[in-house]
Amino acid sequence: MGALIKSSILRKVVMALSGLFLVLFLALHVTINFTSVFSPDLFNELSHFMGYNPVVQFLMQPILILGVILHFVLGIVLEIQNSRARSVNYVKFKGGANSPWVSRNMIISGLVVLAFLGLHFYDFWIHEITFKYVESNPEDPTRYYEETVQKFIPMWRTVIYVIAFFLLGMHLWHGFSSSLQSMGWNNKYTASVKAFTKLYALIVPAGFIIIALYHHFNHLSQ
Amino acid sequence: MNLVLKIWRQENAEAKGKMVEYPMSNVEGDMSFLEMLDVLNEDLINKGEEPVAFDHDCREGICGTCSLMINGEPHGPDRLITTCQLHMRKFNDGDTIVIEPFRATAFPIIKDLVVDRDAFERIQQAGGYISVNTSGNTVDANAIPIEKDKADEAMDAATCIGCGACVAACKNASAMLFTSAKVSQFALLPQGRVEATDRVMNMVRQMDLEGFGNCTNTGACEVECPKGISLENIARMNREYMSAIVKG
Repeated sequence: MGALIKSSILRKVVMALSGLFLVLFLALHVTINFTSVFSPDLFNELSHFMGYNPVVQFLMQPILILGVILHFVLGIVLEIQNSRARSVNYVKFKGGANSPWVSRNMIISGLVVLAFLGLHFYDFWIHEITFKYVESNPEDPTRYYEETVQKFIPMWRTVIYVIAFFLLGMHLWHGFSSSLQSMGWNNKYTASVKAFTKLYALIVPAGFIIIALYHHFNHLSQ
Repeated sequence: MNLVLKIWRQENAEAKGKMVEYPMSNVEGDMSFLEMLDVLNEDLINKGEEPVAFDHDCREGICGTCSLMINGEPHGPDRLITTCQLHMRKFNDGDTIVIEPFRATAFPIIKDLVVDRDAFERIQQAGGYISVNTSGNTVDANAIPIEKDKADEAMDAATCIGCGACVAACKNASAMLFTSAKVSQFALLPQGRVEATDRVMNMVRQMDLEGFGNCTNTGACEVECPKGISLENIARMNREYMSAIVKG
C-alpha cells in the first residue's frame, strides 16, 4: 500500500486495471439491460440469475464494489496531487491547443458518474438488499422487468440517466484508451484499438440511454 | 508591427509576482521571439528599469535552455520548435502576447521568467547513464550490433533536450515524458539493459520525490515537445517499471 501511495506509475496501473474491469462490467450490464427492450421474460431470467447466483453475489459483486471504490478514491487522490504539482496557475493556459477537453476534465465526468452511482445504488442495490435480506421476501423471478420499468416512469430520473450516461461516454472516450497506454500498451495496433475504444465509448452509453428512453416513452404510450 | 506584451514579473523566488504590460512598436517579423525580448530589455535598460530575466543559451533549438509559456503554450504557437526558433512573423499587428514562466511546483521561479529546472538534473543523476569501464578496456559501441529500428527509436528518445515543455504543457505538471525518454534511450540498447531495472525504479522514484504530477495521458506533452518525443516512451517506461517490480 505504501508503494501505491508513493509510486506515480503504480497509481496509474491500479487506476487503469480498475477502469478496465469496470469497462468489462459495463458491457455485461448493458447487454443484460438491453434484453428488457425486446424480451421481459429473458430480462427477468437474467436478472434473477444475477441476483441470486452465489458466485455473482458473493464474489463478483464485492470485487465490483471494491473496483468502483478504488477507482474513484484514487481518481480524487490523483486530482489533489496533480493540483499540488502546480501551486500557481497560469494566467493563460491554452489546453485546447494540445489535448481534448474530455482528457483534461476526467474529474468532472467522473464525479457526475459517481453522483449518479449514488442514485443507482439507492434505486437498485439498496432496494435488492432490503427485498432479500431485510424484508426476507421469497424469491420472485418475475418482478425485475416491472420494477425496472417503474423506475423510468418519472421524467426527472430519465433525464438524470441521459445526462449521466452522456458524461460516462465522455469519461470512457478518454479513459478506455488511456488505461491501455497506462498498462504500457502502445504499439502498431494502437490506432485500431483506439478506434475500438472510441466506438465502445459511443455504443455502450448510447445503449443505456436508449433503454431508459424506451421504457419512459413506452410506458407513456400504454 | 505593434504589440502589447503581458509579462510575468517576479523579483525573486519569495516575492509575489504579477503581470506587467509593455507596449512594443516596430517589431520586425524576422526577429526571433528572444530577439524581440532583447529589444524590450534594451529599452528597459535605457529607461533605467529592470530588464526582464529569461533563460537562453544556444539560440538554435538544441540546448533546451529557453522556455517561456507564450499565449498559454510552451515555446509558443508553433510545433516542433523551441522559443528561440519562434519568429515574430507568427504574430499579427496589434496582438497581445501573454508571456509566463513554465509553471510547476517542481520548477520554482528564480526571477521573472527564469525557473529552476534542476529537478530534471536530479532525475537524470538517479539513473540516466550507463556504468562504463573507463580503464582503457571499453568495448567500442559500434562493435555491438543493434537492430536499425531499435537504434532509431533510441535516437529519437535521446533527442529530448530536457527543456521542460512537457511539464509546462501538462495540466498535471507531470514529468513522465522527460523521464520516459531518458529511460527509453537506454532501455532500447544492449548497453543500457544491464542496469535497466535499477534505472527505471530510481528515476521514477526521484521524479515522484521532486513533486511532479501524475500522468493522465492527455497527450499535451507529446504535442508541445519541441523534439517530438512520443508517448510510446511513457508506455515503454510503464512496462519497464512493472517488469522491474515483478523481478523485485
